[in-house]
Amino acid sequence: MTPSQRRWIFLVAGAGLAAFYLWGLSGLPGFGNYPGPYGPAILRIAVAQTNATGVVSAINFDYRGFDTVGEEFILFVAATGVAIVLRMLRGERERSAVDEAADRNVPPTSSAVRMVALLFTGPVVLAGWWLASHAQTDPSGGFQGGVMLATAFVLIYLSGEFLVFKRFSPADITDAVEAVGAGGYAAIGVSAVAMGLAYLKDFLPLGQVPGAVSSSGTIALISFFVGIEVAAAFILIVAELLEQTLLIRQGG
Amino acid sequence: MQVFPFVVVAWILGVGLYGVVTSRHLVHQIICLIVVQSSTYVLLLGVGYVTGAVAPYYFDVPNHTPAVDPVVQACALTDVVVEAAVTALLLSFAIQAYKRFGTLDPQELAELKG
Repeated sequence: MTPSQRRWIFLVAGAGLAAFYLWGLSGLPGFGNYPGPYGPAILRIAVAQTNATGVVSAINFDYRGFDTVGEEFILFVAATGVAIVLRMLRGERERSAVDEAADRNVPPTSSAVRMVALLFTGPVVLAGWWLASHAQTDPSGGFQGGVMLATAFVLIYLSGEFLVFKRFSPADITDAVEAVGAGGYAAIGVSAVAMGLAYLKDFLPLGQVPGAVSSSGTIALISFFVGIEVAAAFILIVAELLEQTLLIRQGG
Repeated sequence: MQVFPFVVVAWILGVGLYGVVTSRHLVHQIICLIVVQSSTYVLLLGVGYVTGAVAPYYFDVPNHTPAVDPVVQACALTDVVVEAAVTALLLSFAIQAYKRFGTLDPQELAELKG
């Protein structure tokens, strides 16, 4: 198929898509007039039921907790998939990260980049940890916090070398942390079943003050496990992609 | 009826799809796919918006203040996570395609496969 043919097919299909979109739009209540019923119903009961002031977290880790197990395992499987797709193939060997082209002059990492990356590493860890542990309070949660924690390790990579990054995040430990994160979430659900409750039903004390760190029972705990799972998954994905720079094909 | 947010959705979806169709580089094509998916965030948040309402967080506002729909916001979060997973997998496929065929041009890759 030539590019121009493809463009014509796209234009025809796009016109059809636009017609469907306009048709669907005509049935919407209009921007700013969301009619419910699910949102208002949950907003009415969420704080009283879960003692979490972050209603989105209450939905993610309690009302829709079962969906979020699946969501977490999507990320788990994706990290596994990246590791499998980027496994060392036949005829590939690892070498140190020197440039193949001898005539290309690659400048070393500038001191400014190293300095900024080092300065940011500590605060980023702190902010990531804060996000992962405040899902029940405000717009934070395990997913956001986990990604930030992984960013700290990428900053370590920026400030040093890939090998330093590997030393700070050894694959065995990262794998184990990811498994604990993914398994911990599922285990919380099973613990509820063992107590005769529904899967992922909140079985911990809800605390006194709504939105306090100690409030909302399993929401905070699940967010913690999601946080370390997401952090480990992203570190693994980044490490796999970076490792590709160390591979060459023999004779190719 | 205020339609501007839904026009933005159509625009993001449209430019993203056009990029996917006309792309000459796999990494560029993957980024275009991310743009396509970004339109769904705007759509989800646009559908759940309530004029004059606060964010669905009762940390510093009194309980039962009218808030926007939290369910679509939770869906948007799921959407972001799925996008990250899909992007990581597609990028690793692009690396392997380059190793195998020595090119990242979708057009050339299609010709190589025959």
